[in-house]
Amino acid sequence: MPFKRYVEIGRVALVNYGKDYGRLVVIVDVIDQNRALVDSPDMVRGQMNFKRLSLTDIKIDIKRVPNKKTLIAAMEAADVKGKWEKSSWGRKLIVQKRRAALNDFDRFKLMLAKIKKAGVVRQELAKLKKEIAV
Amino acid sequence: MAPKQRTRNPELIPGVRKVSRSAMYHKRGLWAIKAKNGGKFPHHEKAVAAAPVAEKPPKFYPADDIKKPLSNTRKAKPTKLRASITPGTVLIILSGRFKGKRVVFLKQLSSGLLLVTGPYKINGVPLRRVNQAYVIGTSTKVDLSGVNVEKFDDKYFAKQVEKKKEKTEAGFFKGQEEEKNSLPTEKKDDQKTVDAALLKTLETVPELKAYLGARFSLKAGMKPHELVF
Repeated sequence: MPFKRYVEIGRVALVNYGKDYGRLVVIVDVIDQNRALVDSPDMVRGQMNFKRLSLTDIKIDIKRVPNKKTLIAAMEAADVKGKWEKSSWGRKLIVQKRRAALNDFDRFKLMLAKIKKAGVVRQELAKLKKEIAV
Repeated sequence: MAPKQRTRNPELIPGVRKVSRSAMYHKRGLWAIKAKNGGKFPHHEKAVAAAPVAEKPPKFYPADDIKKPLSNTRKAKPTKLRASITPGTVLIILSGRFKGKRVVFLKQLSSGLLLVTGPYKINGVPLRRVNQAYVIGTSTKVDLSGVNVEKFDDKYFAKQVEKKKEKTEAGFFKGQEEEKNSLPTEKKDDQKTVDAALLKTLETVPELKAYLGARFSLKAGMKPHELVF
């Protein structure tokens, strides 16, 4: 039951509410019990309530409130983007985004592909069943 | 825009202008125009109007004055076409006999209605007019370069006026039997030519023919306001 993801300087978090919904940010300082100073390569550094942040497993090595250049360099060194896109959480979000952007024609093609795949699976299953029966 | 013209006689307060009548005469140079014209103002002779044709007094005057309606010179503009609908777009028809069908948009007619075709072989929708309001424009586009739709306009789709038939009893029943109108072969040929050119381009895109042949329907979990068409 112990906590594994701590609020600390360098912790990467996902914004889950508000204008920056879906953005990956780094905690660069803690303001008080409820708020953190938060920064990201494509955003102006600002405060955010912890309730708006979902902590991730990723942590980078920075000092308190680095300047933008240092922050970006540290994020590159730790390969935050790569780690995030490989993690199952990150992959899920990417898939969700792709599904939401599907065209009507794309959805049709997807349906045909699903039916085809199910057909192939069912054929293999039938073969296996026959082997057991014999 | 041209800069605001300088007024020769500004209004100081409402009703009071700066320059007097005689001073304005001098400012406008009317004295110079007069001098140039030998002491008088230049004067055009009025064009002689043709003498009005003598009209006969009407034989009948109505008992009360009939009011003439005001003249209306307003000309209706053709309906503005939604930005998402361009020639070659696949549309989803939302109501009527062909609701749910995915069709190809050809062009907007002068009445504002959209000219659309199935193609007929694929989904049974002929060359038809459809109102923009009952249509969803998808983002799927088809290339219309080989298709010629110049000859189609609203007159093409007008109802055929039939000659008046005799009203004999025998003819009455016979007339009812022959009510079924079949499409003139000319229209069937038009459909074939338009569709032939269109089918060639449709075949180049995989699964597009099957897509046009299937009807659209909302399934569980689909939220129209979140769907990207």
